Formats: sequence, structure tokens, C-alpha cells
Amino acid sequence: MTLNAELRVTRGTFSLDLDVTIAPGEIVALLGPNGAGKSTALRALAGLLPLNSGHITVGESTWDGTDAFVPAEKRPIGVVFQDYLLFAHMSALENVAFGLRARGTRRAEARAEAARWLDRVGLNGYAQAKPRSLSGGQAQRVALARALATGPSLLLLDEPLAALDASTRLQVRSELGRHLADFGGHTLLVTHDPLDAMVLADRLVILEGGRAVQSGPPAEVARQPRTDYVANLVGLNFYRGKASGTDVDLDGGGRLTIPRPVNGPAHVVFPPNAVSLHAAKPEGSPRNVWPVTVAAIEQHAHTTRVRLDGAPNVLADITTATLADLRLRPGDELWAAVKATETHVYPA
Amino acid sequence: MTVPNLRKSKSIRVTLAVASAALVLAGCGSGGQAAAPASGSEAPKVTGDVTVFAAASLTETFTRLGKDFEAANPGTKVKFNFGGSSALAQQLNQGAPADVFASAAPANMKQVTDTKTITDAPRTFVKNKLAIAVPKGNPGKIAGLADFADAGKKIALCAEQVPCGAASKKVFELAKITPAPDTLEQDVKAVLTKVSLGEVDGALVYKTDVKAAGDKVEGIEFTESAQAVNDYPIASLAKAPNAVTAKAFVEFVLSDKGRTVLSAAGFDSP
Amino acid sequence: MTRNRVRGRLPVVLVLPAVLGLAFLLVPLAGLLVKTPWTSLSTLLSAEVGEALRLSLICASLATVLCLFLGIPLAWLLARSGLPGRGFLRALVTVPLVLPPVVGGVALLLVLGRRGLIGEHLDAWFGISLPFTTAGVVVAEAFVAMPFLVISVEGALRAADPRYEEAAATLGASKWLTFRRVTLPSVLPGVVAGAVLCWARALGEFGATITFAGNFPGETTTMPLAVYLALETDPDAAIVLSIVLLLVSVGVLAGLRDRWISGPT
Repeated sequence: MTLNAELRVTRGTFSLDLDVTIAPGEIVALLGPNGAGKSTALRALAGLLPLNSGHITVGESTWDGTDAFVPAEKRPIGVVFQDYLLFAHMSALENVAFGLRARGTRRAEARAEAARWLDRVGLNGYAQAKPRSLSGGQAQRVALARALATGPSLLLLDEPLAALDASTRLQVRSELGRHLADFGGHTLLVTHDPLDAMVLADRLVILEGGRAVQSGPPAEVARQPRTDYVANLVGLNFYRGKASGTDVDLDGGGRLTIPRPVNGPAHVVFPPNAVSLHAAKPEGSPRNVWPVTVAAIEQHAHTTRVRLDGAPNVLADITTATLADLRLRPGDELWAAVKATETHVYPA
Repeated sequence: MTVPNLRKSKSIRVTLAVASAALVLAGCGSGGQAAAPASGSEAPKVTGDVTVFAAASLTETFTRLGKDFEAANPGTKVKFNFGGSSALAQQLNQGAPADVFASAAPANMKQVTDTKTITDAPRTFVKNKLAIAVPKGNPGKIAGLADFADAGKKIALCAEQVPCGAASKKVFELAKITPAPDTLEQDVKAVLTKVSLGEVDGALVYKTDVKAAGDKVEGIEFTESAQAVNDYPIASLAKAPNAVTAKAFVEFVLSDKGRTVLSAAGFDSP
Repeated sequence: MTRNRVRGRLPVVLVLPAVLGLAFLLVPLAGLLVKTPWTSLSTLLSAEVGEALRLSLICASLATVLCLFLGIPLAWLLARSGLPGRGFLRALVTVPLVLPPVVGGVALLLVLGRRGLIGEHLDAWFGISLPFTTAGVVVAEAFVAMPFLVISVEGALRAADPRYEEAAATLGASKWLTFRRVTLPSVLPGVVAGAVLCWARALGEFGATITFAGNFPGETTTMPLAVYLALETDPDAAIVLSIVLLLVSVGVLAGLRDRWISGPT
């Protein structure tokens, strides 16, 4: 009962062309910047937007295809919307029972089942509460219970944590992870937050400009990004180049030395904290050393991130002590150094 | 507005006696020229605007008479306010600036005379009789007043509160008929709308209304109508901003020329 | 206390016209009250007045119900469907507002009258004739009052977030269930406001009613008709009748307001 989808949707100048397969019990995260087509893909899977071409099949049944379209209300789905869209005039219990009632469950039975779900998401005692009186985290849990109560075969989550503040987010994320692990159907999580995707998903699909640019398990994606967007998400310095032996000539200019010989097009990555900065050109040991100019300095919680222009451009995380030593200011000229052993190389 | 009016009415009051004398002398017979001043620059002139409040049933005839009057008295302009007689009476009693009042019923004229807004005694200038109005072709087969008691026929009457309704009531009493109306309309025009659209089989309205309604409505005269004749009184008003021309217009309506126009529309002479 | 402080900050450019506006609405009312012959009040309140009042309330309420049944779906159609020419349709809906009511009454006669386009068949096939019946009063009042409901509900529908309807669809709700359980409750304040306007308009309806349904005591004589005819002979009685109508309608509206309209919208 694998979900198999070729999503082809054209809206004005934007076109989505995305293939997704989700195995039962698998959680796939669709990660991408705003306007990448994440919501379009979710709406197409939900049946709120018909495909222009392509298909959506789950096992033997076709939800969308050349001669079949199952509308949203006939698909066995559950959706958690970004701002939850709880029905304001109904209590939490009525919200959760709504889907069951709509699918023909008798009133008393639906309410009992809804109460069980509220209990399961830890909202025992909030059955009669109106959505307006719930906190963000509570509303999110009602929305999740509402989506799961009907026993869907596909669960769609649209930025389920985006509306929460940082402190609630951590807790709700781990709870969500628990509920998703219990859920045996197909799950698609749409998000622009890499952390949500990494923590919750079994597999990531990176969407840019309506196309999938990379997919794979979170650890693999995090280690071997294939686009600037992904590298930026996972916080790595990322370069394309052409390798011959232990040298890689970078597409954007510059050359890096790598620990073991490779040939052909390759990607090189290394973390910003692998970069050391020096006022004078450091001597000795096989290092990548090149002159750079300070473009910007950003203060983070425990480190300082320095954006440096050079061949190539590079991000460096330095300690506050180093910052004090160097007395950095934009425009300062420095030397950047990266040990070859700190770099990671993989074929493009 | 008020200041010039007051001033005017003061000057009018000075010349009032002269004017009345002139009008009386001019008499009924001399038609359109009645109000022309006899001689001298001191004599009041028939000129300027004159405002006439007239019953709705006079709309066609008075509009015509107004034009004729303006033609006969260059420099004059007759403005009309047509409406239900009682509404007009009420407006006058509330101080509406008017020169002449022509009512469809003595009762409404009395409302005005009671508050002393009239100078001369009102004079009856026409009489109107009731007639049965039926849609073209008489689909309801109304033969006479007796059919108005037939509950199976759709009948419209004027409400008792308005003149044509009061007259209808009198006619039915005289004929010893208890009518079975389906609706009691607020005025004659509303009755005629229902007749011309065929919504009712028969209705009781004034003879003149049947005539004015054109060929969508047919009239049937009946004998009892002679016993419920409605008088139309006319009078110029005490506070008339233009008393001279007001009186001239009243005389014009009462003149032979006025009568010709009125009887052509189906009104009877008093 | 807080309210006083707020009032102190209100700008004169708003307060002055607001007070004038209020006076403009209330002074004629005061005039009516001042002229009311209170002493003869009881003698003027005959059985016929009671009957006219009862008829007015019943007809206005039935007309409102009719407007709700037809007007809410119409408002939904205007607000939600992608119907071509919706703007034009929306303009047409307001026609009864600009049409002189008497003309509206004549138009109804031409269509639903005994010789009317549809009325002719109603009469021939079912023996139904609307003019001069209480049902005719309801039809005339509904015709004139419906735009108030449609405009109000359509405005509420257009302001409502259609994504809630999508959420309902993903939960398996049909369009009809979604409309009933999600859309309609979310625009309830607009529906109530529209219904109140509709009822008030129907209660005061005169022109279309007397033209289409005529005037017969106990059957089609509503209060406004009674007032108009009373004005012909006895202005005092007319004032008393108006006051009665006014008190009853203000009483009903104030009662409704407490129950329904004061909610947060």
C-alpha cells in the first residue's frame, strides 16, 4: 500500500513537477523555501487542487489521474493546517468528532472516540473548551487529534509547528514525533524548518522552484548537501568543483586540497568551525590557506559567525576570544585556513 | 424665503380689497380675461407664480387648464401639487405655501376652512359620479351593482376613509347591497391599476377616472350613482403668496373655458 | 471610567456629525411623540388595530423566514461560486432597494397576479391566487426586504475564510454538511443582522404590499396600511398607530439585540 505520486501542477508561471513515494509508516518531509511549491504539493495530495497531469495512487486505488479524481471529502486523509483552522464555534470535542460524524459515525460513538483522542493527545479535561480559549500548543494537539481521529491512510502536516513560540515548540515537536511514530499510515510533513524535518522525518525531499533537488535520509542530506539552499539549511560551507587527485578547482574560483584523491565533478563541504582566521599568513602543515576580507559579523549564542569574501567565499565560526584577539571589523583583511582532513568530498 | 414672502403678503393685503372688487366685477362670464385689471397702473396685475394644490383626480384636467391659463395671462406660471385631498389639506394646515386648493371632497375643504386658511367661501366647480370599472372585455361579466355582492368575483373598492370610498358606501346603502370586496384601496389610481391589470373583475370609481384610464378599462354606468354625487370645491387661500393670480386662476377654472375642459374629461357641471 | 477617558479623546470632526446624525434620526421621532394624543390612546386602540398589528408581525416574520430560505443560498452563490457575471447579478439583487415599492408591487402583479406571467398558471393549475391574500403580503414584503438579507449575508460570507471549508472537506464533509455546520455558523452574526434589517423593512412595508396584496382588514391590512388610511380622516389616530408600531418594533429589536447581536463581530 505504497503511496505513489507524480504531481504535475501549473499555476500561472509556476509549475510543480514532483515525484513522491511514501511507504506505509514512513514519514516524508517536504523541505523547501517559501514559494517552492510545498503547499501546492500538499493541496494536490489532499484533493483540494486537481493535477494537470501525473497521478496519485495508493495501493490499488487511484486518487487522481487521467480519468479519475477523488475529491478531498472522499479521500482517507487527515490534514493539520498551518494555523490549525479549528472551527471556532465548536468545542474541542466537537472539532475532533467532526470528521467522524462527516464520515457517518453515529453521534454518541463519534463523541466517545473524539474524547479518547483528546485523552491521547493529553487534553483530557479540555473537551468543552472553545478553540479561542486554547493555547497554541493545545490547539495544535486538537488539530492533530482531529486529523488522526478518522483513521486516515495519509496524514498531511502543513508547517505544524510554525505558529508556536520557541519554548512550546520543543515540547510539541517531541510529542508530535511520538504520535507520528504510532501512526501506521503515510505521513507527509511540509516545513521550511530543517530541524523539524530532521527530527521528525524518515526521509527528506528538498523542493526548490517546484522541483525536487535532493532526497534521502536526514543524516545523509545533512552530511552531503547538493544545493546551496540545503547547505545553508544544515549550516555547511559548500562548493562545487572539479577534482583531480587531492586538488579541487572550485567553480566559483579558488582551489581546495582534500584528504584523499578523487577525480571528476565533486562537492566539497566543511563546517564553519573548521575555519581558523589569522592576521598573518600561517606557515607549515598541508593546509588550505587563502586571503579573505571580512564582509559581515553575526553574533550567535556562543559563537560569532564571520562572513568572508575571497576565493572562495567562506563562513567561519570563531570563539569570542578569537574575536577579541583579532578585533574584527568589516573590511579587515585576513587569512583563512582549513585543514584538508576537515573537508568532506563526494561526487556531484 | 420667509422674509420676502412676508413682505409680499403685506403688500398684497393692501391691495386685497381692490383685487376682490375687480374680480367680482369681472364675473364668471368673461372667461380667460376675467382677472385682467380694468384700468390704471394702481390695479393689481395677474402675473408671477401661482401654486395650486389639487386632488389627484384633477391631474390631467388641471395640467391642461394650467397651460391654458398661462397662455391667456402672459407672465404667469402655474405650479401644481397633486395628491390625495386629505394629504393636501393636512399640508395646507401645516402651513404649506399655496395659493389655491381644489379638493375632491367638501370634507377635506372643510378641514382647511375650519382653520381659517380660506378667504372666500369655497365654490363647487364640478361634480363627479361613480361608475363601475371593469377590465377590457369585462371578463368577470359584471352586469351591475348587484354583482358586487358576489363573493366569487374579485372586487376592489376605495377605502371608506378616502372620498371615492365614502361615496361608494353611500351608493351601496342606497341600493341595499352588501358588497364583498377583496381589497379596499387607498386611492382611485390604485383601484384602476388593479382593474387595468385584470386583478379584479370589477371596481367602483369615478366616471372621470374610467375615462382617464384609457382603453384598458371599461365603464358601466348605473342608476344609483346619481344619488351619490361628489362635489369638488375650489378656493383661494388666505395666506396666498400671490392672491391676485390665485383668484384669477379660480375664476378661470369656473369659466366656460374651464368647464369645457372639465366636462370633456367626464366631470359634470355643478 | 475608562469609557469616559476614551470619550474625552474622541475627535470633534467625528462627534459633531455623529450627534447631528443621531438628532436627524431622532427628532422626527420626538415630533411624533410630542404630537401623540396620549389621552385618547386607549379609545383609538380598537380590535382592528390589534388585528393589523398581529398581521404585521406575522407577515414580517414569515417574510423574513422566506428571505432566509431563499436569500442565504443566493448570498452563498454570489460570494462563493465562480459564477460569471457575479458583479452584474449582485447589482440586480439590489434592484428592489432602488425600485419605488409601488413599482415593485406592480411588477409583482405582472408576474404573480391573476393575469401575470406565472400567476396565470398558478391560478389555472393549482387555483392559487396571491393578490389580496395574506400570502400575497408575505410575498410583497419578502420582495422588498430580501436585498437587506442578501447583502448582509454575502458580506459576511466574503469576509469568512474559505480555508475552513477546505478543512471541513479534508475531514470528509460534503459541501452541504460543510455549509450547514461550518460556513453558516461562522457567518451567523451577519445572518442575524441581515434578518433583523429584513424584518424591520418588512414590518414598515407599505407601497409594494398595498399594490400587490391590496388592503382588506384582517387579511392584508398591515399596520402601515392602517396608518396611511387613518391619516386620510384622523391624523391623531394615525399618529397613535405609528407609535404603537414603533414601540412594538423597537421592543422586538431591542430584545433581539440583547440576545443575538451584541456578540463579538
